[in-house]
Amino acid sequence: MANVLVVAEFSEGKLKKTTHSAITFAETVAKGTNGSFSILVLGGGAKAVSAELAGFGAAKVFVADDASLANYVAERYAPTVVATAKKGFDVVVTAAGAYGKDLMPRVAAALGAGYATDISFVKAEGGKLQYKRPMFAGNAYGWCEVTTPVQVVTVRQSEFAAAAPKGGNSPVEAVPVAPASAGADRVTFVSLDQVKNERPELTEASVVVSGGRALKERFKEVLDPLADTLSAAVGASRAACDAGYAPSDLQVGQTGKVVAPKLYFAIGISGAIQHLAGMKGSKVIVAINKDGEAPIFQVADYGLVADLFQAVPELVSEIKKQKSA
Amino acid sequence: MKILVPVKRVSDPDNANKIKIPAGGAKIDTTGLEWKPNPFDEYAVEAALRLTENGATPKARGGEAIVVTFGPADTVTTLRSALATGADRAIRVDSADENLDGTLIAKSLKTLVEKEKPDLVLMGKQAVDGDSNQVGQMLAELLGWPMATFAATIKEEDGSLLVGREVDGGVLTLRVKLPAVVTVDLRIVAPTSVYSKQTAPTFKYNDGVRFAALPAIMSAKKKPLVEMKLTDLVPDTGLSIKYLSFEPPPARKAGVKVKSVSELVDKLVNEAKVL
Repeated sequence: MANVLVVAEFSEGKLKKTTHSAITFAETVAKGTNGSFSILVLGGGAKAVSAELAGFGAAKVFVADDASLANYVAERYAPTVVATAKKGFDVVVTAAGAYGKDLMPRVAAALGAGYATDISFVKAEGGKLQYKRPMFAGNAYGWCEVTTPVQVVTVRQSEFAAAAPKGGNSPVEAVPVAPASAGADRVTFVSLDQVKNERPELTEASVVVSGGRALKERFKEVLDPLADTLSAAVGASRAACDAGYAPSDLQVGQTGKVVAPKLYFAIGISGAIQHLAGMKGSKVIVAINKDGEAPIFQVADYGLVADLFQAVPELVSEIKKQKSA
Repeated sequence: MKILVPVKRVSDPDNANKIKIPAGGAKIDTTGLEWKPNPFDEYAVEAALRLTENGATPKARGGEAIVVTFGPADTVTTLRSALATGADRAIRVDSADENLDGTLIAKSLKTLVEKEKPDLVLMGKQAVDGDSNQVGQMLAELLGWPMATFAATIKEEDGSLLVGREVDGGVLTLRVKLPAVVTVDLRIVAPTSVYSKQTAPTFKYNDGVRFAALPAIMSAKKKPLVEMKLTDLVPDTGLSIKYLSFEPPPARKAGVKVKSVSELVDKLVNEAKVL
């Protein structure tokens, strides 16, 4: 029997979609082991999302809402996660974004728990949980077991379907903020410069339009109209980021963001392994590239060998025509 | 400033598609693949050098960068290449690769930090073989130190570092007082990403990591390199994660080539039904 604690993530008063995937993981584990799952949400303003979290069928929703948690700092968040985990939880999970990847190893170390990251599949085998996770830039999957009594894990959002609210009414319990970790007084939040963007967030978008080095200085000029037309997020290859054509927070790939939208456009992207590792999970992949031999065509559902500077504007007007038809 | 830089060698990430998984998948076969330093660790070495020098006169060292690795005898190559680019001394902790995991490395590094007393542990955010992204954070927790992960920029101030972190949707800036743990992301090796107090704020580095000149490669052989056993650092060398088997990723079959933009839109609308 495994009891799972989901650490929810929210931003500006809204639950992040990544949390829904972590809940699906928790439901799967709870079901497979006759256990249960609960949710912890912490941060300044966390109360605002607790009602929404109560609708997922969790045994409990724990809320730690305090001014000291106004800005995320791992040293201040980890102790409350640790204290809540000690209420009898066997597995602590969050989605594998920047938040989870920063916070959870600290939680694992504090709990003396083993840690498995980026889990893409879970099964309960003879009472033990086995996790499948990508390694070597997605060129191999390893099946592993965490051998400590308590386990801390992060899950890939793209591999677990988003849990839908069931309309349940889980009891909401306020928990106190645990004293900050040693070292917390030596770290200060200075600022968060969010890229102001009307577009959906890259890891949460259902359509992603990504560009490569071939776009050169015209990256925005060419891709923005297509992204606008499709209400898509914009991504980039590492080569485009390294060359300075796109900011590096747009990077899709093994070392950047892992995305799995319904529709992915790879425009002027050759398809280096490191890029493929970040988008291979997309449902439908479209590649537009001048070089018909580019490796991206080996994973694309639809490939168009063409000059992107002509093809992309044409694509924009064709899609607009379709939409108005 | 005294900086400890943990480094790891990985099978050549540019050829990661050539790793073989034998039938049964009991282990990964990396024969024929070259070992390379983990790219993020190379960035950490570069950042450590920038923090311990005046960028305009890099030959005169203005601090100490110590590289440490865990692995069998051949991992000395990884240490020597870091020494050749400018690191001052090296430590190899002897262990077979399969007897290590992130938790064990973090525990061992804790002991090493207590011995060496660096002002900063600077390391790559993840190794590109296991892709875990964990050791720096665990080490910070075990030491009770503050941390700044996924650093894109580091600026040295009096007794602290101002670190710009890559997060979802932007950059989060933290100020950490030393001693601290910092893990680095890709952009850390851009020309204006790292400034020590010794380097003029107008100075610009070359983009990327520095390469070792031949004389430096020769003299690196004379730089101090000590070896120790894993049990010198941790009494209990048990692992907390056990790999049972490996499998290749599901093959994605190549689709069709379309002849025109209108054919593409037609397929997306009528066949894939995604528009």
